[in-house]
Parts: sequence; structure tokens; C-alpha cells
Amino acid sequence: MRYAIPLLLALACVPLLSPPDYFLHLGVTVLLTAVAGTGWAMMGRYGLVSFGHGAFLGIGAYTMALLWNMAGLTPWVGIPIAVTVAALAGVLLGYPCFRLKVVGHYFALVTLAAGEIVRILIVALRDHTGGSLGMTPDRVPPEQGLLAMQFDKSGFWWLALLAWAAGLLAWWLLDRSMASKALAAISEDEDAAASIGIRVTREKLRVTLISTALAALAGTLMAQYRMYLNPESLAGLGISLQIVFGAIAGGMYAPLGPTVGAIITIGLEEVLRIAFGTEFTGGAPLIYGILLVLFMIYLPRGIVGIAERKRRSATAPLGLPVAAK
Amino acid sequence: MDPFLLEALVNGILLGGVFALPALGLNLVFGVVDVVWLCYAELVMVGMYAVWFLYTQLGWPLWLAFAACLPVVSLLGLLLHLLVVRPLLTAPPINQVLATGGVLFLLQGAMTLIFRTDFRSLGVDMPPMEVGEIFVSGTKLAAFCAALVGAALLWAFLKFTYVGTAIRAIARDREVMPLMGVDPQRIYLIASAVGGALAGLAACLLVVQLDVHPFVGLSFGPITFMICVMGGLGNMLGGFLAAFIMGIIVSVGGFWGTTEFSYVVAFGFFIVTIFARPRGLFAR
Repeated sequence: MRYAIPLLLALACVPLLSPPDYFLHLGVTVLLTAVAGTGWAMMGRYGLVSFGHGAFLGIGAYTMALLWNMAGLTPWVGIPIAVTVAALAGVLLGYPCFRLKVVGHYFALVTLAAGEIVRILIVALRDHTGGSLGMTPDRVPPEQGLLAMQFDKSGFWWLALLAWAAGLLAWWLLDRSMASKALAAISEDEDAAASIGIRVTREKLRVTLISTALAALAGTLMAQYRMYLNPESLAGLGISLQIVFGAIAGGMYAPLGPTVGAIITIGLEEVLRIAFGTEFTGGAPLIYGILLVLFMIYLPRGIVGIAERKRRSATAPLGLPVAAK
Repeated sequence: MDPFLLEALVNGILLGGVFALPALGLNLVFGVVDVVWLCYAELVMVGMYAVWFLYTQLGWPLWLAFAACLPVVSLLGLLLHLLVVRPLLTAPPINQVLATGGVLFLLQGAMTLIFRTDFRSLGVDMPPMEVGEIFVSGTKLAAFCAALVGAALLWAFLKFTYVGTAIRAIARDREVMPLMGVDPQRIYLIASAVGGALAGLAACLLVVQLDVHPFVGLSFGPITFMICVMGGLGNMLGGFLAAFIMGIIVSVGGFWGTTEFSYVVAFGFFIVTIFARPRGLFAR
């Protein structure tokens, strides 16, 4: 935490050095992927494994884009509305799940179904959303760009950085609160946690709200940055699993884990693309897949998780960290 | 009754038969090994590619391509168990699921690398048959019959063979069975091979109805998982019946609205079912 403010300031200065566009593009993509992964990991590390987080990226992005295209509402207002809508959808799905004790495999598969429903709905409502072909938010002339949140890469660098910082702040605040202890207890044993007075449904709903809101925020910014939305990259099983992979590879128990994961996944994709070009289509998912299997077998706590454990055991071995599993 | 509705209903039952096979395979593996194979639909996809490759590229007769597909996918199931699932047998369930999710990416990537993303079609079709007032696709009817035969064979295997009895016993109680002299590792291997073979059979039935591409698994994978959960994970009979319920919902929903709409209804029905009966429709 001590280094957080200087680090953020340093990162905020990056666009002033006028780096190449490609570098900024990678940076924005990594930061936004990291926000989605951070959101997912907030639930994932307490055993609430969702295979449908893509749905919240999609709900957020499409709500924002439709508000802009159909009602002319600027994304500056549209994004808060879209994030609220997506978080409400998360709570709407989460409440019955938590209330009726849908956990483990069953929770994962219910969220998978919800993610698919959102993807299919986007395709089915093709009159408004453009279906599988995707949609583009209407462009405005450059002088109105600021109002319509359509500006160059450095602008999105700052926005993405802000979103990323918000995600880490949420993580830090949650970690310091009693809610984190309660959630750790719930993930160990739900009935025992309830018996000592922890309100299981309420605690789970709160973390779901934060998690889905972060995913939706990432989704809206991704869509606005690319100026293109399509159901495959913003909803459904594929993107949901990619979010999960990023968070797992980096380590879902550490605040910077999902960020490291995002660097790995985006970096891997770019390296393969540059090294092999289009000749090697399919190479990236192939290597992802192998890595995901290896990570689960040999490094289930992710890269940052391993680094942290080494440091911890070197200094003060004060028992297990919270939510260790 | 409206003949078109009747046709939709019949098609739903035929579709249910095809959904039933992968649902049975998944349930078998889950019931015995206690791991969800998230990449199950991708095993089917590889099987579909195997049939397509042998039939159209190497010019094998169709029946031989079908016959070769089963052992190929069965072997894949064995490899999946040995390389991915076995090292994770004592890991938290979610790590197991994610590792098989990794295999999903791996298989999609490998097939994209080998066969590109083009849609491949087998180009075999049987003429539709007229039954009473309605038309029934011959291909779908043949696939349905084959699925029923496959399910019956599986039932007979589990019911009447020694290994089948051991499989059912270990699904019932995995602590006691080792004490009775059953080697669980061997049973896991057999269950994985049989689960793979079922995916291979499903591939044979699907490849005549759908074009193959590396992401074809995503079109029927999610609904297969939902069928299993609806029937109760590990409950073979429940999954079998749920496949027909889902088939009818998808088909009749498509009769009243669009195909996408019918899938939304089916998935919505699944979510409501889970809330009403969290352990599956047919849980005791």
C-alpha cells in the first residue's frame, strides 16, 4: 500500500512521455482485463466460482452502447447506469443462489447458464444489438469527443488506470473489513459460519455486487475503447473462462494477482501473434490451455501466490493467510 | 393437433436422444470419478473431426470412420484422466473443473491449428420420411435410434458385467469399495474410457447433423451441462430424462419463436429448476 500512490502517479505520467501507440494499446488492454479479473477474483477467492462473468461485461457494455446510440446519453452518464444495471443483474441471480444454497459445481453451472442466456439474448435482439455481427457506437466529430468519451489512447490509459485503481482500492478495503473474515469463514464452512451469527446471504451478495460492478466497468470501458461490441468477446463461456484463466494464472488470493495474470495472457497472445502471425491461429488458446492445466496441477495459487508465500515464510510464519485453501 | 406442433414435438424427442448420450457420459464420469469434465463437448468435437477426416479426406467408408471414432475419443478420455484429472484427484473440485477448462482451450486451439476455422460438412443426408401427417428427417431418426442403442448398451454394461457392478458400487460409496478389494484407480480409468467412448458415439451422431468447426462444442456443450445438473449430477437416469425435457423445450420453443428464443427459454427453465430443486429434478 505504501508504494501504491507513487506507482499510480508514475503510471499516470506514462502517456506524457509520448510512447508508441502500440504500447499504450497494450497497456489499456492489460489494465481493463485486469479490472475484470480483479472483479472475478473477489468472488473466486471465497469459493464463489462464477463461469458467467462474461455476462456482466456484456450487460454493462451493451447497456452503455444502446443508451448512447438510441437515447444519445453520453457514456459519462451511461457507464454508471450500465454498471448499476449489471450489478443489479448480479444480485438478482445471486440472491436465489445464495438463499437456496446453490454452491460449488451447481453455482458454477448456474452462472454458466446465465452467461449463455445473456450471450444468446444479445444475438436474439439483433434488431437493436446487431446480433453476432456486433455493433459500433455512433461516432461524433473530434471536437465533441470529450463529451462523448471518444478520445485517443492516452485518454483511455488514464480512464483504465482509474478503473484499475478503483478495483485495487475495493480489494484493499474489503481485505481490511470484517466482511473479508466473514467470507473466509463462509468459504470454509457455510453452516458453521451461519451458526456464529454471520449473515451468509448478505455477505455473499455484497461481494457479488462489488465483483459484478467491476466486471461491468471493465466491459463498458473495453467496448468504448474498441468502439466495437460483439457477443462473443463480451458474453458467453469463452470470455468467462478467459477471465478466470487470467485471474488463476496470476493468483486469485493476492491483490495484484489478476493484474499479473492479465499481463501474462495479453502478453502471450501478442508474442504468439508477432512470432507466428496468422499462420499460428489457434496457437494462443492451445498454449493457454496447457498453461491452465499446468497451473492447476503445480501452481494452484498462481504466480503472485507463490511469490507471496516465499516472502511470508522467510519473514514471519504466522499461520496460514486468510482464505488459504 | 397442429401437425407442425406435432412435428416440433417429435423433433424435440429426437433431439433429446442426441443430447442424452453426452449427458450420460458426463454423468458417468462425474458419478464415478467425482470430476466435471468441462471439455466434454470438445471431446465430441474432436470425434466429429476424426469422422470427417477419415471419411472425406482418407476416403474410408462411413461405417469404418464411425467405428474408428469411438476408440479414438475413448483414448482421449483415458489421456485426459491420466494426465489432467489423476494428479488433481485430491485437489479442491474447482481446480479440477478449471483444469478440464484448460483442456477445452487446448482442444479448440489444436483443432484450429490443424483444420483452421472453416466449417466442414460430411455431406451425407438421408431422405425425410413421411409418417402420418408429418415429415421426420431420416438422419435425425437414425441418430436417435443409435443413441437409444448406445444408452441401452451402457445400461446393460453397468447392470450385468462385473466391472459395471464395481462402477456402480464406487459411485455409491468411494470409501468402502476399496476395502472390498476394488481398485478405484482402475475403475476410474475404465469409467473415463467409457465416458470417452460415449462422447465418440455422440460425435458420430452429431457429425451427420451439424457442420464441424473448432467452436462447435460451445453450441451444445452448455446445454449438456445443464441437462446433467437438471437430472442431478451423477444421476444417470435423471440426466437421460432431462435430455428429453430439454430437447422438447428447445424444439417446441423454436416452433413458437426463434431458435435463440428457445435456448433462452431452455436455459431459463434450467435456472428456475435449480432454484426449485437444487439437487436436480429427480433427486431422491
